[in-house]
Amino acid sequence: MAGESEASKHICKTSSKSIYGDYMQDYKILAKKELCPWTYHLKVSAPLIAKKILAGQFIIIRPNKHSERIPLSICGWNRDEGYIEIIIMACGRTSREACEKNVGEKFEDVVGPLGKRSHVQKYNGSCVLIGGGYGTGAIIPTARDLKSTGNKVIGVLGARNKELLIMEDELREVCDEIMVTTNDGSAGTEGFVTHALQNIMDHKTVAMVLAIGPVPMMMAVSNMTRGKDIECWVSLNAIMVDGTGMCGACRVSVAGETKFACFHGPDFNGHHVDFDELTKRQKMFMEKEQLAMKAFKEKGK
Amino acid sequence: MTNKKDLSAKERIKKPRNEMLLHDAKERIKHFEEVPLGYTWEAARDEAIRCIQCKKPLCIEGCPVTIDIPAFIKLVEEGNVNGAAGKIREANFLPAACGRVCPQDKQCEAVCVVGKKGNPVAIGNLERFVADFERSENLNRMPKIPKKTGKKIGVIGSGPAGLTAAYELCMKGHEVIVFEAFHRGGGVMVYGIPRFRLPLDIIDEDLKLLEEMGVKFYYNMIIGKILTIDDLLENEGFNAVYIATGAGLPKMLGISGENLNGVYSANEYLTRIYLMHANHFPEYTTPLFQGKKMAVIGAGNTAMDVLRTGKRLGAEVTCYYRRSREEAPARTEELEHAEQEFINFKFLSNPVEFIGDTNNFVKGIRCAVMELSEPDESGRRKPIPTGEEFIDECDTIVFSLGCNVNPIIVDATPELHVNKWGIVMVDNKTFHTSKKGVFAGGDAITGGSTVILAMGQAKNAAKYIHDYVTGSFNYELEVPTDPNTPGIEWSGRFAKGKR
Ligand SMILES: Cc1cc2nc3c(=O)[nH]c(=O)nc-3n(C[C@H](O)[C@H](O)[C@H](O)COP(=O)(O)OP(=O)(O)OC[C@H]3O[C@@H](n4cnc5c(N)ncnc54)[C@H](O)[C@@H]3O)c2cc1C
Ligand code: FES
Repeated sequence: MAGESEASKHICKTSSKSIYGDYMQDYKILAKKELCPWTYHLKVSAPLIAKKILAGQFIIIRPNKHSERIPLSICGWNRDEGYIEIIIMACGRTSREACEKNVGEKFEDVVGPLGKRSHVQKYNGSCVLIGGGYGTGAIIPTARDLKSTGNKVIGVLGARNKELLIMEDELREVCDEIMVTTNDGSAGTEGFVTHALQNIMDHKTVAMVLAIGPVPMMMAVSNMTRGKDIECWVSLNAIMVDGTGMCGACRVSVAGETKFACFHGPDFNGHHVDFDELTKRQKMFMEKEQLAMKAFKEKGK
Repeated sequence: MTNKKDLSAKERIKKPRNEMLLHDAKERIKHFEEVPLGYTWEAARDEAIRCIQCKKPLCIEGCPVTIDIPAFIKLVEEGNVNGAAGKIREANFLPAACGRVCPQDKQCEAVCVVGKKGNPVAIGNLERFVADFERSENLNRMPKIPKKTGKKIGVIGSGPAGLTAAYELCMKGHEVIVFEAFHRGGGVMVYGIPRFRLPLDIIDEDLKLLEEMGVKFYYNMIIGKILTIDDLLENEGFNAVYIATGAGLPKMLGISGENLNGVYSANEYLTRIYLMHANHFPEYTTPLFQGKKMAVIGAGNTAMDVLRTGKRLGAEVTCYYRRSREEAPARTEELEHAEQEFINFKFLSNPVEFIGDTNNFVKGIRCAVMELSEPDESGRRKPIPTGEEFIDECDTIVFSLGCNVNPIIVDATPELHVNKWGIVMVDNKTFHTSKKGVFAGGDAITGGSTVILAMGQAKNAAKYIHDYVTGSFNYELEVPTDPNTPGIEWSGRFAKGKR
């Protein structure tokens, strides 16, 4: 391939066992389930990451040798069996390539755990965890932690319609209560997750909210809870490269200060996030994304 | 041909220096191939003759890894390149890289006695020639490895510091395991220094050599996250750990507009291209928004690399620097190469704002015009605003203001002392940190310097790590605790050149 060196072909990724253990992970896909069209739940072998990862942390994958590195949330793990669980929505070229991997195939690279652990403490009031799209899976580990810390945890999940609702049972398992909303009313209550949140706020004392999903949703949740003595956390899906603080691609403005989402986050106080800037930064490579997709389709895949 | 042995020192000194041929600037800005062509056999021998084999050579002291420079040059003169390669390898196991990227003009060549009257012997070019010859002729580079000691050492990071430590410790018979955060080795030599200065093959050949010597590399391993130093020392059976994680936390400007689309840190820009191959998009799918008019802030080596990379990607590029050309920290050669490549320089221009359009893409840069003050006590002339300003159009900005040290490891290892810039504090002599069994070197303890200084420190640290794991480490350690203490500086011989 262009770009890589001749000699690099001969450099192996060391895989021999050392007496003390083996640090080689093979990133094999152990299970794959379609949750709804173009959205998959994958179990990926990564024993070392599985051993360490905590709620709120994320990983970066590079599906193939030619791929860019993309950050992904984690929706679960099994420390004994050595795998992590992710939800991937095929929205661009790289996520599409990741989705096309089948059980038994491998990702080229998986790096993690990255970022800081979600904030977990005992609150005087309910915790409302709101997920949209992949975020429905991403709130599960934090929900579990909050609950085991003695909190009352309410899960809210939303989708456009019944077919696109994902991870409902899994979320129910780790929450005291869950509320489902669909835009067209085909499941749960008709409306948006913000309606459900308003409803909860009207009837209960809410101490903390965590929202993970599309930026407009996280922004709406932040606006609704502002000035109300409610802690509001959002998990920011900025564009990333290394995920370690080295490049600054993931810069976000929080309370007027530049922060690195990969390193200072991914969770930030939603009341202070500059969502407008985040939205625009996420569109930085839109044109390129379309070109990459076009090239992908032309390859006749 | 005259018998060179008969040449007197005077005659040798009189010979003009052999410069390497360069690819023509008009052509070279169209591709990423190396700029200098390297010496021919004839040129190399002719240059070797210029060395007068001083009785008390200053150049060796001027080299952070103390290569026996006169000895290797003599071997070149005698036509024994194989021997010369062996001589260099005794002290430096990355000669092909160092011959290309070392600031010889501030080190060995700056103190070369021949250079006192005329031009110094082109030591760097000769080193490069020998290393390239060795590679192209497939000379055996495999050293003899001693019997295993049974001691295991973890090296964190695979830049020049990590690789050198791995090499030295392997040569002492220890088991060495390198953990690297990225998916390939080489550190900044791969994701910072451009291919037209340092081809990938050179780095990869050296990685391959280390693998063949038995050093194990594990990639995608961010120490501090996936495993901590405590894990390594307490659970994984490592006898010592060497931190060689580089600097790698870009400094921000702190001016309005720095988060606009199209504004990158030098690290991001160079990583997208040289690690992720964004210049081969869409064959490689890492995107890069590369504008037509690119502004680069800063005038260090990294800035020069960004400027010249942008030029090769078809942009019109301009360098903005708040001081004058005199103060530019870049190597003279880099600055000259950049100037040859039709790059604009706006000295005494201090960016005060990046201007964006309605979609948050950058469209301009506002600068304050500066002038230099009278020299202060330290002789330094400060840039001060004149009150004048100007605005230039641009659609890409890359800032290159240097780096602080990445805090991931330190956050996970509270016993490590760092200063206020995050630089890891070590004992001056042994490179031992404030945590038992943990040593450090390279940019992580200097806060950004050079390949060769990182290597020199690693070589020294390796000696003490060896002492440590073999139970003969009896030193009075002094690790600074004052957060204002600067990072480690080289105590060797530096030329009072411009810096
Ligand atoms: C653009 C550019 C141009 C340069 N040009 C020159 C030049 O011409 N000449 C010269 O001498 N010097 C040059 N330098 C400086 C030189 O590259 C550095 O001084 C040198 O690479 C430092 O070596 P190092 O081993 O300390 O760190 P690095 O090369 O930075 O290597 C550190 C490695 O550690 C890895 N790492 C970081 N954190 C972790 C972690 N937690 N766990 C595991 N791994 C980790 C990183 O991924 C990286 O691979 C340049 C630098 C840049 C950025
Ligand atoms: S992704 Fe590079 S600094 Fe966050």
